[in-house]
Amino acid sequence: MKMSGAQILCEGMVKEGVEVIFGFPGGVLLPLYDIFPQYPQLRHILVRHEQGAAHAADGYARATGKVGVCLATSGPGATNLVTGIANAYLDSSPMVAITGQVARPFIGRDAFQEIDITGITLPITKHNYLVPDTGSLARIVKEAFHLARSGRPGPVLIDIPRDVFVDEVEFHYPARVNLPGYKPTLEGHPAQVKKAVKLINEAHQPVIIAGRGVIISGAYDELKYLAETAQVPVITTLLGIGSFPESHVLSFGMLGMHGMAYANMAVSAADLIIAIGMRFDDRATARTSAFAPHAHIIHIDIDPAEIGKNVRVDVPIVGDIKLVLKALNELVISSEHVAWVRQLDDWRQEHPLVEIRDSEGLLPQFVIRKIYEVTGGEAIVVTGVGQNQMWAAQHYWYNRPASLISSGGLGTMGFELPAAMGAKVGRPEDTVWCIAGDGGFQMTIQELATIAQEKIAVKVAILNNGYLGMVRQWQEMFYQRRYVATPLSGPDFIGIADAYGIPALRVTRREEVVPAVEQAMAEAGPFIIDFRIEPEENVYPMVPPGAALAEVLEEPEKGVAVWPRRSTP
Amino acid sequence: MAATKHTLVALVEDRPGVLNRMASLFRRRGFNIESIAVGHSELPHLSRMTIVVDGATTMVEQVRKQLDKVVDVVKVSDLTGDDMIARELALIKVYATSATRSEIIEIVDIFRANIVDVSPDSLTIEVTGDEDKVNSLFNLLRGFGIKEITRTGRVAMSRGTPGPLAGGESVSRAKKRKSS
Repeated sequence: MKMSGAQILCEGMVKEGVEVIFGFPGGVLLPLYDIFPQYPQLRHILVRHEQGAAHAADGYARATGKVGVCLATSGPGATNLVTGIANAYLDSSPMVAITGQVARPFIGRDAFQEIDITGITLPITKHNYLVPDTGSLARIVKEAFHLARSGRPGPVLIDIPRDVFVDEVEFHYPARVNLPGYKPTLEGHPAQVKKAVKLINEAHQPVIIAGRGVIISGAYDELKYLAETAQVPVITTLLGIGSFPESHVLSFGMLGMHGMAYANMAVSAADLIIAIGMRFDDRATARTSAFAPHAHIIHIDIDPAEIGKNVRVDVPIVGDIKLVLKALNELVISSEHVAWVRQLDDWRQEHPLVEIRDSEGLLPQFVIRKIYEVTGGEAIVVTGVGQNQMWAAQHYWYNRPASLISSGGLGTMGFELPAAMGAKVGRPEDTVWCIAGDGGFQMTIQELATIAQEKIAVKVAILNNGYLGMVRQWQEMFYQRRYVATPLSGPDFIGIADAYGIPALRVTRREEVVPAVEQAMAEAGPFIIDFRIEPEENVYPMVPPGAALAEVLEEPEKGVAVWPRRSTP
Repeated sequence: MAATKHTLVALVEDRPGVLNRMASLFRRRGFNIESIAVGHSELPHLSRMTIVVDGATTMVEQVRKQLDKVVDVVKVSDLTGDDMIARELALIKVYATSATRSEIIEIVDIFRANIVDVSPDSLTIEVTGDEDKVNSLFNLLRGFGIKEITRTGRVAMSRGTPGPLAGGESVSRAKKRKSS
């Protein structure tokens, strides 16, 4: 049957299980948008800026594990996607970004709204395509979705010239892809698995560092089995939060620049690191030359290029986390590390995460803790970047897979609102809390219109301190409090919410926090709370830039209330 | 320093933009590339690339792995340490007068190079060999005045059969052929 390029794209998306497209139309996309009504199973959500489309697709992908789709027109539409594509690339988020391009006869002539988006996105996509003719489109769509979701996931861009949408060809959707240069290794090499098992069985002070790869691979049960069988404490990276229940007796929090002191100390004292689906980012390792100085390192990752990139590795295992852990678990013997686990427990007692002071003002940690309590730890938390992100990572307790969604690698302020929108669209039955700073929130604030129009019930907590808080913290600590370009005189967020038709509350005192959060939860639709927090509150613990993980700074003033880190053994 | 030079050979899909992808990768990751040479391979739709990397300034294993991640790259091998044949071709246009012409021709003969073009004031010489040979000839001719030089960069393959680069696939194909 003959079909136009626009139809072929839609048919392909339907076959790939796409249910929602975050997009923004434009001249070259008219032939595509014109046929959307024929495909009601493809829900189109009109964003207010293409960056929002990319982040929403990313948030959707992280919340569901499915491929997120965003759509933008040629020229500025395409370039507006770039930040969102880069963000997805660095955090290995499966995404297909579709851009319109000027018609083929105009390509290379600097036509109106022509830009070389495949050239621009070359270093920030797993792969990209400029579709040469309508006959290639079905194959390219098939390949793009396959590449985006398989192996180490990532964004794939398809740039489609206007006339390719219009031309008609016979439609055949390929059953399989033929990519001779793309064959991810899934099974770990048995000899490497044996070597790793030997190290695990002989270790006295082992630590698992679990990253986002565990979540992508869905290897929760396998990770839990390994940790419990070999009695290995589990520490996660920021993006690995949710890969292992934080209420578990073997859970010892997050490592890194703002990780828990005891987690960083454990990594520094360990004699074996089992790194699973993580890439030794500098924010996680601190100074790499001093990283885990006493440890052998086993590194399990699906991407061979991650092995040995940043730190030395003793036993690399390339493969899918779930399959590799299954193989490991068959051979690992059950053991105990009573003294080691007790040592970590002692460190945890001596260096509790953060002690929340009694304070006249509203502390952000207190706000996050109350959101945790009111939601029963069941929400999906989507954060911005900076202090709000670290507080959300430290003070909410994540027991469910993929319950924290955050921009890790790129550190994109403005990610929070559109990503929360995408997450809520993907998991409508879940409560989604967007934890924003007053700085980042204003970067993509226009998506409030999308949220209102589409009735996407995102709950937003703005931790409003009137500063670009993390940068201010660095200025305070390393630039003698010279606050250059960090004070913000924000807008009236309640007035803004009102203008968008979204109910909102301002909270300035501790006792107002719980009722406000409860009110937000009771509301069927979106809700915004403007928390006026202590302006110069800092994030602790902190490993200063250039320091080793063990050289961790803790909160200078010791407070009163210690948040109990564990309820159930 | 010849010892730090690594020769990578990549089999890549013959598609628009593939060279751009690889060049972009080298630039972005700060890989120090000495030369790249590309041409068709024995397989349809596949090209073979020879890349010379300075191992003193660049992590060669990272280059190999990052190249391998490019979807259009089918296979990458590091030939360094293998018994390999490496050649480069250079065209050298050198000033030649009636007084110097015969001396130049003598040098060219010693190097088993060819004169491929003659003009009233110059000779163009084609030389093939390893970099040392090309460099030696260049140094000898420099005294006459070089007008122009162009070099292909190294192309390489390992000795014997099957080529390591034809690699897994060709080997398994050959095995299949044998067994059937």
